[in-house]
Amino acid sequence: MDLNEVRKVARLARLELSDADLNRMAQQLSNILAYVDQLKELNTDGIEPLAHPLPVQNVFREDVPGESLPVDLALANAPNRVGNFFGVPSVLDPADEPSH
Amino acid sequence: MSLIEKTAVELLQMQSRGETTSEAITTAFLNTIQQVDSKIKAFMTVEADKALEQARAVDAKRKSGAPLGAFAGVPIAIKDVLCTKGTRTSCSSKILENFVPPYDATVVTRLREADAVIIGKTNMDEFAMGSSTENSAYFTTRNPWDLDRIPGGSSGGSAACVAACEVPVSLGTDTGGSIRQPAALCGIVGIKPTYGRVSRYGLIAFASSLDQVGPFTHDLMDNALLMEIISGRDPKDSTSIDTPVPKYTQSLNTPIKDLTIGVPKEFFGEGLDSEVEASVKAALKEYEKQGAKLKEVSLPHSKYAVAVYYLVATAEASSNLARFEGMHYGYRTPTKGDLVSTYSKTRGEGFGKEVQRRIMLGTYALSAEARSDYYLKALKVRRLIKNDFDVAFKECDVVIGPTSPCAAFKMGEKTENPLAMYLNDIYTISCNLAGIAGISIPCGFTKNKLPIGLQILAGPFEEEKMFRVARMYEAATDWHLKRAKV
Repeated sequence: MDLNEVRKVARLARLELSDADLNRMAQQLSNILAYVDQLKELNTDGIEPLAHPLPVQNVFREDVPGESLPVDLALANAPNRVGNFFGVPSVLDPADEPSH
Repeated sequence: MSLIEKTAVELLQMQSRGETTSEAITTAFLNTIQQVDSKIKAFMTVEADKALEQARAVDAKRKSGAPLGAFAGVPIAIKDVLCTKGTRTSCSSKILENFVPPYDATVVTRLREADAVIIGKTNMDEFAMGSSTENSAYFTTRNPWDLDRIPGGSSGGSAACVAACEVPVSLGTDTGGSIRQPAALCGIVGIKPTYGRVSRYGLIAFASSLDQVGPFTHDLMDNALLMEIISGRDPKDSTSIDTPVPKYTQSLNTPIKDLTIGVPKEFFGEGLDSEVEASVKAALKEYEKQGAKLKEVSLPHSKYAVAVYYLVATAEASSNLARFEGMHYGYRTPTKGDLVSTYSKTRGEGFGKEVQRRIMLGTYALSAEARSDYYLKALKVRRLIKNDFDVAFKECDVVIGPTSPCAAFKMGEKTENPLAMYLNDIYTISCNLAGIAGISIPCGFTKNKLPIGLQILAGPFEEEKMFRVARMYEAATDWHLKRAKV
């Protein structure tokens, strides 16, 4: 993996890494990918992928209201609580908002 | 044998005979933690007051004649990846440094219902990613048999605290060998149950199709008892299976007649330490002495297991760990920014290097460009690995080999080379990919007095048979009676 690919993956993964870490990551991921490339020597045509050891399928519970966490408990770990809500940064940078 | 060196079953019997109390037992273990944990560093959190309160409550219950749970008054430590209501659960990560769950994992609920005394939370590789417990964001746990060496990982704290007699038993989790490998390296018993046997509700997920919870113990009777307590269908986990849980403790001492043991030729090749090989082969001879038939089997795709695992597990991890973005709980970067930069800074500052590496690998494996070549390819080879076991279990009752290719290595020896570290799980990983059951039991020591583990693998939901086979060896040897002197 070259540095540009690593930068792209870091952006997809929402990981802000230093240049030194990106360089180290490029080297280590390249080594790991070279190792996992041994899978390419196997012919897997016609083999059904196995994503899970059990034949799982989506499970729906009965549509009956259950017990919920009290608000105080649900918000107890919030890094920023604002009243009965989670305080979060702006989704849009105020500078990017269209003028009216 | 002193109180702290006893097994959980012995401690239960002593209490019922009136020879001791839960308070006395709990105090003895808390004192040991105080004396030795500065050297072992097994615990993230110890809650002495809460533990003593639980112990006194059990003693009062016993005194009043009220019915007692199956683990009444016995202390247990819990890996810090399992949620404990009101007690910090950090996954040994900075990103969950201050996280206090509002609920218990189902295994913890079941232990509380069994009147166990929860003594604390144990150190681990961050988010269970590692084979040495050197990836904890806080400190490295030491191997009680040699303090310069690692205890294994990722459940290193849970293994070390039992080996050091800081608790009689503990819980860990196993995604690619994270119970069996540290059990082997610390000279104790550790089980990876069949996928679906034990609820994963409240287990902070690393790789959802691989993770299972299991106990660490000194011997098989304790392990069987804990498995009876924590196993079984949980309505809160749709991947837990609704199948009866056998009374493992009652059948444990019944040897298997006409036992056929599969010996995979691929587990005895290049990379296996000669002392480990000699001990495992001696164990196989002991089985032969008891009338078992050894049969060479082949698991031809096992050599691909590490490669498959590091694509499947990281792909699942990249998805599971997306929830850690600093909005609802856990660490949030103090740097002001918009939403996406807050996510990225939080995750860049909060996750350690190994976790970041795995998220990156998983994100890449799932990306549009690489999905077919890597993730889907790995899932197809995973099918081949499972098929190998299906064939092997038609020919034999269990498959036996080494748990780890070498005994405990020195701290720092493999930290700079992720691949070398990953290869440490070469014999344990295929069990998780196939979803079958596996256990590691002690089977000897190296000339440096480091423990060696014997791995027994069995088909899905064959834990009862696996316990009985393991017990046949345990009953003929005394490795399980050895205790590390810290």
